[in-house]
Amino acid sequence: MDTSRQQNMFRREYLGKGIATVCGLFLIVLTIAIGCFLLGKGSLTFTQFDHSITEFLFSSQWKPSDTEAGGGQVGALIFIVGSILTCALALLISVPFSLCTAIFMTKISPQLGEKIIRPAVEIFVGIPSVVYGWVGLVVLVPLIKTVFHVQHGQSVLAAAIVLAVMIYPTITSVSADAIRSVNSKYIEGAYGLGSTRWQMIYKVLLPAASTGILTAIVLGLARAFGEALAVSMVIGKMRAFPDSLLAPTNNLTSAIASDMGGAMDGGEFNAALWSMALLLFIISLVFILIIHALSGRKGAAA
Amino acid sequence: MYNDSVLGVAAAEASMPIRSNLSFTCNHVNLYYGSFQALKDINLKIERNKITALIGPSGCGKSTFLRTLNRMNDLVPGCRVEGEIMLDGVDAYKDVDPIVLRRHVGMVFQQPNPFPKSIYDNVAYGPRLKGITKKAELDEIVETSLRQAAIWDELKDRLKKSALGLSGGQQQRLCIARALAVNPEVLLMDEATSALDPISTAHIEDLALELKKKYTVIMVTHNMQQAKRIADRTAFFYLGEMVEYGDTQQIFDNPQKERTIRYVSGNFG
Ligand SMILES: Nc1ncnc2c1ncn2[C@@H]1O[C@H](COP(=O)(O)OP(=O)(O)O)[C@@H](O)[C@H]1O
Ligand SMILES: [Mg+2]
Repeated sequence: MDTSRQQNMFRREYLGKGIATVCGLFLIVLTIAIGCFLLGKGSLTFTQFDHSITEFLFSSQWKPSDTEAGGGQVGALIFIVGSILTCALALLISVPFSLCTAIFMTKISPQLGEKIIRPAVEIFVGIPSVVYGWVGLVVLVPLIKTVFHVQHGQSVLAAAIVLAVMIYPTITSVSADAIRSVNSKYIEGAYGLGSTRWQMIYKVLLPAASTGILTAIVLGLARAFGEALAVSMVIGKMRAFPDSLLAPTNNLTSAIASDMGGAMDGGEFNAALWSMALLLFIISLVFILIIHALSGRKGAAA
Repeated sequence: MYNDSVLGVAAAEASMPIRSNLSFTCNHVNLYYGSFQALKDINLKIERNKITALIGPSGCGKSTFLRTLNRMNDLVPGCRVEGEIMLDGVDAYKDVDPIVLRRHVGMVFQQPNPFPKSIYDNVAYGPRLKGITKKAELDEIVETSLRQAAIWDELKDRLKKSALGLSGGQQQRLCIARALAVNPEVLLMDEATSALDPISTAHIEDLALELKKKYTVIMVTHNMQQAKRIADRTAFFYLGEMVEYGDTQQIFDNPQKERTIRYVSGNFG
C-alpha cells in the first residue's frame, strides 16, 4: 500500500511537471510564432512593395493602394506621432497623480490606503477599456467642447486623459509596491538625521524606490501604447498632424483597428497595416526589455 | 521653521546660571506600546562628554529607552511617553520639535544603513536638510565629518562612489560620519557593532573613545566586555526597569543589586 501511494505521488509529480513544461513551451512557441508571423506580414511593405523603412517611419504621405500592384504611399508618421503624443501626455498627467496616491496610501495614511484605496485601484484595473472609451465619449468630449470652445471635442487631449485614467491604477499599484518594499532602515536613518516627513519622502524614499517606480511607468506606458478601443473612440481618427492638443488626430492602434476590415488581403494597404502592427510589437518588446533591465539593476542593488 | 538654533537658544535661556555637566536628565519616564508598558519609572542622569552604556538582556527596553531620547518612538503608532526628559534644561517632549531634537541628538543603528547614494551625498544629507547648499561649505563638512569618523583616508578618493559598495565596518563608520555632519551634541548608538567583525568593532570602539571628547555618547550593547572596555558609566536594565546605574567599574566589580550581580557574573536566568 505504501509503495503504491509512493508510485502515485511520483506519477502526479511527473504529470504536474509535464503539464507545466508543455504549457511553458507552448507559450514560448506561441510568442515566437506571433513574432515570426508579424515579421513576415509586416515586412511585405518593404520587400514586396519596395517601400523604404525611412518612408514608413518618417513620411506623412499615407495613400496605400488597396491592390496587389501597390504603388501607393505608406508614410505612417501621423499615426506614430499620434501614438507618441497621446501616450506622453497621458504619462505627464498620470504619473504625478499616481505617485501622490502611492505615497499617500503607503506612508501618509496606510489604514485608509489598505481599506479603501487599494481595493478601489484594483477595481479600476478590471474595468474594460470600452467603458473608459464610452465615458470619455459622452462626458469628456462634450466637456472639452464647451470648456475650450472647439468644434469637436475629440482630440489629442481627450485621448490622453482617457489613457491617463486607464494607466493610473497600474502605475499607482506598482509604485506603491515599490515604495512599500523600501527597507525601513533607510526611513529610520532619514528621520534619525532630522528629516521632516516630506524630506524623508523625496530625498530618501522615492530615490530608493526609483527603479520600481520606473518599472511602473514603463508598464503604464506599454498599456497606453497598446490600447486601441478607448482611444479610437475619442481621438477623432483624423489623418492629420494635430496643430494643438485640442485637435483630433489618429494613432497606430486606432488606424489598424478601423482599417483592417476593409483592406484587401495581399494588397499594399493590408501590408502597410501589418507593418504598423509589427512596429507596435517591436515597441512593446522594447518596453519589456527595459523592464527586465530595470529589475536586473534592482536585484544588483539589493 | 525648523531652525537649527531653537534648542540652542532655549538652552541658553534656561540653563544660563549653570552650564551643568549633565546632558540628559530623565525623571519618572514611563513608556507604553499600546497597553504594554516597556519602560517603568526610569530616572537617569547622563553626563556630558562621557560614554554611557546601557546593558541588559534582550527585550528589556534598552533600544526603547535610547529611542525616547531622540523621540524616534514618536514614529511608532500607539506609543506613549510619560514623565520628563530634559536636555540642557530643555524639555525634549514639550519645548522642542522632534525634527530639531534629532538634529541635536544623532543616532547610529544596529544595521549599517547608508542611503543608496554616493558616499559624499550620504554625509552631506544632514547639512543639506538644514539648508546648506554651498559646495565649498559642504565639502568642508564632509571632510571634517569623515575625518572625525576616522575614515577619511580610506574614502577620500572615492567620495562619488556608491556607499553600498563599502564593507560593513566602513558603512557603519560612514553612518557615524553622517550623524556627526549634522553637528549633534549627543550620539546614540544602538548595538552599532553587533553586525560587525572584531576588527571593525575595535575601530568603532576607538572612535567612540575619541568622540566623547567632543560629544556625549550613549550606547546600547549586549556585549558586556564592550561596556567594560569603553564605557565610563553603565546602566543595567531589566524588564523595563533601570535596576542599577553607576561607574562602569563599580557595576562590574561591585554591583549592589541582586539582579545586577547575577547578570554581570553570567548566572542569569
Ligand atoms: N514597536 C513596538 N511595538 C510594540 N512593542 C515593542 C515595539 N518595540 C519594542 N517593543 C517591545 O518592547 C520591549 C523592549 O524592546 P526593546 O527596547 O527593543 O528591547 P532591547 O533593545 O533591550 O532588546 C520588548 O518586549 C519588545 O517586544
Ligand atoms: Mg535593541
